[in-house]
Amino acid sequence: MDMIHKFLLIEPLGIQTWTYLLVGLSFALYIGIAIWSRATSTTEFYVAGGGVSPLANGMATAADWMSAASFISMAGIISFAGYDGAVYLMGWTGGYVLLALLLAPYLRKFGKFTVPDFIGDRYYSKTARMVAVFCALIVSFTYVAGQMRGVGIVFSRFLEVDINTGVIIGMLIVLFYAVLGGMKGITYTQVAQYCVLIFAFMVPAIFISIQMTGNPIPQLGFGSELADGSGTYLLDKLDGLSTQLGFTEYTKGSKSTIDVFAITLALMVGTAGLPHVIVRFFTVKRVKDARKSAGIALLLIVLLYSTAPAVAVFARTNMIETVSDQYYSEVPQWFKKWETTGLIVFTDKNNDGRIQYLADPSLNELLIDNDIMVLANPEIARLPNWVIALVAAGGLAAALSTAAGLLLVISSSISHDLIKKIIKPSISENGELIAARFSAVGAVCIAGYFGINPPGFVAAVVALAFGLAAASFFPAIILGIFYKRMNREGAVAGMVVGVTAMLLYMIKYKLGWFDEVLPDKSEWWFGISPEGFGSIAMILNFMVSLLIMKFTKVPPQDVQDMVERIRIPSGVEDVADH
Amino acid sequence: MIDNKNAKNYWKQNVKYVLILLSIWFLVSYGAGILFKDQLDTIQIGGFKLGFWFAQQGSMYVFVILIFVYVRLMNKLDKKYGYDT
Repeated sequence: MDMIHKFLLIEPLGIQTWTYLLVGLSFALYIGIAIWSRATSTTEFYVAGGGVSPLANGMATAADWMSAASFISMAGIISFAGYDGAVYLMGWTGGYVLLALLLAPYLRKFGKFTVPDFIGDRYYSKTARMVAVFCALIVSFTYVAGQMRGVGIVFSRFLEVDINTGVIIGMLIVLFYAVLGGMKGITYTQVAQYCVLIFAFMVPAIFISIQMTGNPIPQLGFGSELADGSGTYLLDKLDGLSTQLGFTEYTKGSKSTIDVFAITLALMVGTAGLPHVIVRFFTVKRVKDARKSAGIALLLIVLLYSTAPAVAVFARTNMIETVSDQYYSEVPQWFKKWETTGLIVFTDKNNDGRIQYLADPSLNELLIDNDIMVLANPEIARLPNWVIALVAAGGLAAALSTAAGLLLVISSSISHDLIKKIIKPSISENGELIAARFSAVGAVCIAGYFGINPPGFVAAVVALAFGLAAASFFPAIILGIFYKRMNREGAVAGMVVGVTAMLLYMIKYKLGWFDEVLPDKSEWWFGISPEGFGSIAMILNFMVSLLIMKFTKVPPQDVQDMVERIRIPSGVEDVADH
Repeated sequence: MIDNKNAKNYWKQNVKYVLILLSIWFLVSYGAGILFKDQLDTIQIGGFKLGFWFAQQGSMYVFVILIFVYVRLMNKLDKKYGYDT
């Protein structure tokens, strides 16, 4: 081990050179794949021809799912939230159980291109389809704006270009392979991107786990004793450090139980209702492949998600030990470097020359951005330059793969759901393919615009994306499959009420547009935060759907027959043109 | 076209599997990780308090296992009812 360690620490190249090298190589790989897997028909453009293997689809789903937020921000958020960070861990993985058991197999059997396809056909209504298209567009646009910003930030930090230049480079890359390859190109680049991002996430985590606890498996490491021979468990030490500085114990958390419950539920159900995730299950060959690839996707996601809380604990302990109560003149070099980016801010309030990092905001002198925990972690732990560069390549892979998946949903919503199904049904296959490519270009430009001019409420809109998905698609799809009697009137009313409730609650309690000032937490309904309100809006959707259904006509016989058919896995037709 | 009785039985069995697996899904995450977290935290395994471990590790592992169990159960069921073609 020591030999290997020494070898890896040899520094023939600087961080900058390593970064250009690794990022350049990974980009060349993505572009090569895109050229090799060009889409030549609408079936290939929308669902990669419907013949992707469960393993490849699982990898692509995992890369599609894990965004810049999962890669860069999540571990940092957990390291500041402690136990409360579990809402993201459980929320963003538990949704895949719902997907695998309740949605994916049936939607694959249904065998069309998009989520609005299902809603429109199952509820025999153009209104239902329009409502679904509207929801899909809002959800995807809010989400993709955050991704393009993420691309810009990673570029600017590691390649020392302007954030806006970073966004434009990112746009060009995504544009190239999304427009050329469609779903087919995206799928196979995502497979490569998964490999890059998981490697980039695991390597520093393993290094640091060995350093701090002597255990090479981070998932076990953060529950082990410290390597300093003190016999103290790492988590006990962190709990102690946190209390000393006035924070709540790391393993306790400070959110109310009902809010933790509501947020977890909203994120789980939202995950299962996100169109860019659902649509990935249209690309496999058989119903059983849809189930299996959901399992593989979750396994690959959990590999990163179970490492993130370990990284959070390592980074937080390291950070507190390195800076707390130290003289500012003696801080390590990484501290100064990240200070210039504004991600670390130190103000010596009591002029003693030392850094007081405390929970009490009036005495605290140090502000640390969430993202630092992953971005600066290798430097804090003094890992070699190539590991630091690897994190840049991984962050870019995560942001690009998610952005591409979302752009595809946007372009197919426009070219397929709007143009082909509603505006101009007579359009030829070729015409639709051209329309799809043009909508992809349009979508990239709009996403890029939001990346360069991010709305002031990015964090709010991402939470909104999950809330909206939970409040709109999830109930409509579940009822559509599991309740034959559910009809058009019920589903449309449920979606409209769910989405409206979610939007209003968000505007009132997250954005504060209805009042002079943002209302206080104590005014939240049942103590549930805007992030958790998606679960209430979802329940509202279910109740309204069932109530309205009771007083309206049963769905026509052919729709009921269709429901019977999608419940049975055999006889899957190839995704055909229709 | 569709053998009605066969299809109904298949569907019933599928729904039963789903309900059982989702109960476990609920118990590990919302149960062990959230509602009963404080009680479980009194038990410590290695450096982990049990409730904290379920919330940040255990529930995720169980989720993965649940999906693969479902895959196996359904592959068998498909075969039994002749829907595996």
